[in-house]
Amino acid sequence: MELWFTERHTPNVKFSIKVDHQLYSGNSEFQRIDIFDSKEFGRFLTLDGYMMLTEKDEFIYHEMITHVPMAVHPNPKNILVIGAGDGGVVRELTRYPSVESIDLVEIDELVVEVCKKYLPTTACRFGDPRVHVFYEDGVKFIRRCEDMYDVIIVDSTDPFGPGEGLFTKEFYGSCFKALREDGIMVNQHESPFYDEDAAAMQRSHKRIVESFPISKVYQAHIPTYPSGHWLFGFASKKYHPTNDYNGTKWSMKGIKTRYYNPRLHTGAFALPNYVEELLKDVE
Amino acid sequence: MAELSQVDAPIYDALRRLRRMRVVPFDVPGHKRGRGNMELTEFLGEDCMSVDVNSMKPLDNLCHPVSVIRDAERLAAEAFGAANAFFMVGGTTSAVQSMIMYACKGGDKIIMPRNVHRSAINALILTGAVPVYVNPDVNNQLGIALGMSVAQVEKAILENPDAKAVMVNNPTYYGICSDLKKITELAHAHGMLVLVDEAHGTHFYFGEDFPITAMAAGADCASVSMHKSGGSLTQSSFLVLGERVNADYMRQVINLTQTTSGSYLLLSSLDISRKRLALSGREIFAKTVELAEYARKEINDIGGYYAYSRELINGDSIYDFDVSKLSIYTLPIGLAGIEVYDLLRDEYDIQIEFGDIGNILAYISVGDRPRDIERLISALAEIKRRFGKSETGMLTQEYISPIVAERPRKAFYADKRSLPLDEAAGHICSEFVMCYPPGIPILAPGELITDEIIRYIRYAKEKGCQMTGTEDINIEHLNVLC
Repeated sequence: MELWFTERHTPNVKFSIKVDHQLYSGNSEFQRIDIFDSKEFGRFLTLDGYMMLTEKDEFIYHEMITHVPMAVHPNPKNILVIGAGDGGVVRELTRYPSVESIDLVEIDELVVEVCKKYLPTTACRFGDPRVHVFYEDGVKFIRRCEDMYDVIIVDSTDPFGPGEGLFTKEFYGSCFKALREDGIMVNQHESPFYDEDAAAMQRSHKRIVESFPISKVYQAHIPTYPSGHWLFGFASKKYHPTNDYNGTKWSMKGIKTRYYNPRLHTGAFALPNYVEELLKDVE
Repeated sequence: MAELSQVDAPIYDALRRLRRMRVVPFDVPGHKRGRGNMELTEFLGEDCMSVDVNSMKPLDNLCHPVSVIRDAERLAAEAFGAANAFFMVGGTTSAVQSMIMYACKGGDKIIMPRNVHRSAINALILTGAVPVYVNPDVNNQLGIALGMSVAQVEKAILENPDAKAVMVNNPTYYGICSDLKKITELAHAHGMLVLVDEAHGTHFYFGEDFPITAMAAGADCASVSMHKSGGSLTQSSFLVLGERVNADYMRQVINLTQTTSGSYLLLSSLDISRKRLALSGREIFAKTVELAEYARKEINDIGGYYAYSRELINGDSIYDFDVSKLSIYTLPIGLAGIEVYDLLRDEYDIQIEFGDIGNILAYISVGDRPRDIERLISALAEIKRRFGKSETGMLTQEYISPIVAERPRKAFYADKRSLPLDEAAGHICSEFVMCYPPGIPILAPGELITDEIIRYIRYAKEKGCQMTGTEDINIEHLNVLC
């Protein structure tokens, strides 16, 4: 018997992982949630059939979305995380002793419950006393926040479905308002490779550029996401992601990582020409 | 018919039967179930094209219904608590015109509020009926025209005992209702018919705790835009009648202007929507109201904006309020409604129903998702933060009482000449000028052009209102009577 999980990356491209067995399947008010076990990627979580994370490559995503802003900001104390019900971003954030408070806003409580039960690799630090979880629409939560956060991490799903509000200009504008005067927002920025993803990427980039004075993009390689070539947005009120970056200072913190390091930090902002052009088109 | 009930949809069923029969069409439409126009079929879908058919025996005939359309009309009448109902395929415009043409011949008087939709004044041009305008009360803070006050209607009735009918606009676009019951009693006591433009009130018939419906108030005719809150296709509508209206004569009046090729797409959409609302309207509109109330509260919490509701009720010209409407006053953030309307679309990809000088209206329906409501609220908060300014210098007046100098029909057909806007003051206008939506005329044929009106037109243009009605597409010239 062969059981395969398949996700359509484009109408003409499929990506499949051989499934050992399925651990969980359920529907929340918002979406279908599945957890599978596989030989190649370990456990993995899908929402509405779209790959969210696998045990094998989640470290790349979570380290890159977390450590880049945390290393640029000189003294990040109050952090807001939107989405990220799997707990991966929280896990990375709790490694910074100087962080005082982590607010996590996840629309779907069931995602957190399922991840706590089946994905202890990522959902392992919800018990940290600095972590406060709010089950609410991120668009609504942030509307009322003003001048409160040093770093906002937008760990969204896709620009369609329950997370689509997290790709809108009203949301980015609200993030700007919620940040302190030297705050940084980092977001999951889609992929530049396949046409449809690239169009979504350009749309959100345009909206961020219009909302923040500094808006840069960096990349990472995430094998289980469409094309594997993935982008993150770095939007900031004051700090430039590489010019204002002190790699030595970050290294001194002694945080052990598997993907992120100071040289890679600078390098990640060096983008292929075709990506630069896609971005320039909307800037 | 006896065995039919609200779970049935006779036109819908007849179309499905027809589809199964696979009849070979040697009649119009010439696209022959879509096969003759593949690009259109790919765009609209084969299912849709296969029921775009002409009247035929199994499908009845809209102009002279004897079978499935008659059955469907009876079910609709029952659902609306009316004596009779007509399926209308020319929009609520055609329903409004039919009820006025039923009530009035050339020279007959009709009492109506001036802030009617242009379709009502168009009917005056068609029939030659003479309007007796009751100027609506105006809320000076919001700058919007309200309902008709009973005392004003009574005064108009006493001064014009020969008037044939009273027309009421209920609710207004903004959700404001008049005292329909009292106005109806008053008109009936003086032998006048009561015609209600209920374009924005379909849901009153099917939800709970909404303002009174025209039929329940005893009115004689009501034009109900099923395609607005009722969920049917654009351009489909109902005309419903009370006991004292002769339905057979009304059908003849409707047939004066309505197409003889009524679209079965529109007819089936009315039939299916009526069934849906009759069966689950209560839950549908409870959900709609819940969304609207939530949005109203959140928007008022932003500050600056004023999303108004039942607190406006004053027992007369705001006798009741439709809480499913999300009308928002924008001037305190220093932006005209039309500017907020444009920003929502251009900056935030959000399309709302309309924006005028001081207000916007977001149309809320069961099709809305909570996450979209959150986007709308956040976008309004962002517009305030990014674009908000001082309120000074904002024009507030939304409604200018017109000076009627000539009958609409006479003015429309009179000899006329074109004058530059700035030179038109003091002349009688022979055409309409309005912002669309909402489609309520600033000037109607036969009305005096004043400096105040010209200022208003200039201001509305400058703020970006979509102006319509004039022969000159740029509204730099007005046609005036020679």
